[in-house]
Amino acid sequence: MKAVTELQTIATQVRRDIVRMVYDVKSGHPGGSLGCADFLTSLYFKYLKHNPAKFELTGNKEDVFFLSNGHISPVFYSVLARSGYFPVSELSTFRKLNTRLQGHPTTHEGLPGVRVASGSLGQGISVAAGLALEKKLSKDNSTVWVLTGDGELQEGQIWEAVMFSKHYKIDNMIVTVDFNQAQIDGSTGDVMGITELSSKFLAFGWDVLEMDGNDFNSIDTVIPQAQSKLGQGKPIVIIMKTEMGQGVDFMMGSHAWHGKAPSQEQFDHAMAQLPETVLGDY
Amino acid sequence: MRKYEILGNKDTRSGFGAGLLEAGNENENVVALCADLTGSLMMDAFKDKYPERFFQAGIAEANMMGVAAGLAIGGKVPFTGTFANFSTGRVYDQIRQSIAYSNTNVKICASHAGLTLGEDGATHQILEDIGLMKMLPGMTVINPCDYNQTKAATIAIAKMIGPVYLRFGRPKWPVFISEDTPFIIGKALMINEGTDVSIFATGHLVWKAIEAGAILAERGISAEIINIHTIKPLDVDAVIASAKKTGCVVTAEEHQMNGGLGDSIAQLLALKMPTPLEMVAVNDSFGESGTPEELLVKYHLDSQDVVEAAMRAIARKR
Repeated sequence: MKAVTELQTIATQVRRDIVRMVYDVKSGHPGGSLGCADFLTSLYFKYLKHNPAKFELTGNKEDVFFLSNGHISPVFYSVLARSGYFPVSELSTFRKLNTRLQGHPTTHEGLPGVRVASGSLGQGISVAAGLALEKKLSKDNSTVWVLTGDGELQEGQIWEAVMFSKHYKIDNMIVTVDFNQAQIDGSTGDVMGITELSSKFLAFGWDVLEMDGNDFNSIDTVIPQAQSKLGQGKPIVIIMKTEMGQGVDFMMGSHAWHGKAPSQEQFDHAMAQLPETVLGDY
Repeated sequence: MRKYEILGNKDTRSGFGAGLLEAGNENENVVALCADLTGSLMMDAFKDKYPERFFQAGIAEANMMGVAAGLAIGGKVPFTGTFANFSTGRVYDQIRQSIAYSNTNVKICASHAGLTLGEDGATHQILEDIGLMKMLPGMTVINPCDYNQTKAATIAIAKMIGPVYLRFGRPKWPVFISEDTPFIIGKALMINEGTDVSIFATGHLVWKAIEAGAILAERGISAEIINIHTIKPLDVDAVIASAKKTGCVVTAEEHQMNGGLGDSIAQLLALKMPTPLEMVAVNDSFGESGTPEELLVKYHLDSQDVVEAAMRAIARKR
């Protein structure tokens, strides 16, 4: 088990990777990526039982993570590379011609760690529920994880999947909602209210937990709680409060940095807030 | 003109149901999902024999496609079942991203395609599905012509790896392909060798092409009739060879001209070997309520329409 300080170091490096990748190619989605860096670092370096060195697309007999909100690919790619799925140096190819690190994640280019394409929103819980059913049929008691955005919950397919998962008692899956209350056009409340989120999931018959996704103590409390609820006949959701842009002051507190790259001045300012780590830049 | 004996009168969807059961018997990884149309899709036999491998998805097709993709990732061979319009247009983006682009091994099985759905009318009579599916890179598109061919196609797609769109229909229809005819994905089936005109037909219209062939024979015209059950990948060699031999072409299908079999063959011939071509297909129109036979007559998809198209094609030969 990794100590919090070690995870913090990795998360700082992941944040450096995110900002450097997006700055380098002058496009991408830094806001949600920065917000989810702590959670995905914890998941990949502490909680997932997985085999990065020997990636198998099927994910048989290992925990599997799906990214439904595919636009936060920078954090996904950084965490995958840092945990050993592919060389860290490959992060420099992000969004460039002939890269395996497409703007949105895909299996099409054969990137280890990715098991389905995502980008068009609302599809990840369905896919995760399907693999969770597959694991039940195959008597494989590992866990399927899936992360969705909160704006993404405006997609109708999400609620089809939420209903389905309860109906089939999919209790080997943990959904995390990145509850940063921001989306491209503004706050989720202004764009399309997703109010009473806990009540909604409870009404669908799910187990609901809440977590501060930018606090390692909260993550280390809530993830084990969620895991303790596995196998009890109910699907599990963690509503994870995060700050879009977390770790870079001028990207926080606004939806503006959902999908935009920093200028050189902004990049320098961001880097000054994210100190170099022993892991080193790509 | 070779004589085809009518071996029975059966719906192609029953061929799917029988094929699914057999595919399930052969491979324990075959699983099935259905969006509240189990009886219509004839999936009850599979469901009753393998209840743990059957998933009722409710009236939620988008989720069903995603769940199927997830099952396929882990190694299962999922067959989804619903009507053709709910199997394609309603869930196009889910198929595009989670199945086609992700190359998941999902078999999208679609009943009640085309006008022969009949009385339910245009909301349910999709005539665009072949086009939607064939445009997706990597998607195999199959439209079998009778009960036996649909059964054989269902068994065949379970054995191939990759996404497939399998299209079939509702009405009872003549069975004329023998049970032991092998089904080879991507390989056209010669129905009748001829010399004056090539008729490439798919789905229910293959039988109409056979009826047309008999009428043409009475007029002294030798029609070559080829069953293109696999629209994608198209059997390019078979199409070119036949068009070269006869010098003119008719296509026949229960689909829009835009995006259908005729469109694929016209593209191929225009690029490789320009040849006079006439299409028997729906011309940029929605369907309506009526019996299957009435609709085929009204929308010019009857055997007489195939005959007239053949005469026009022959007249255009130089």
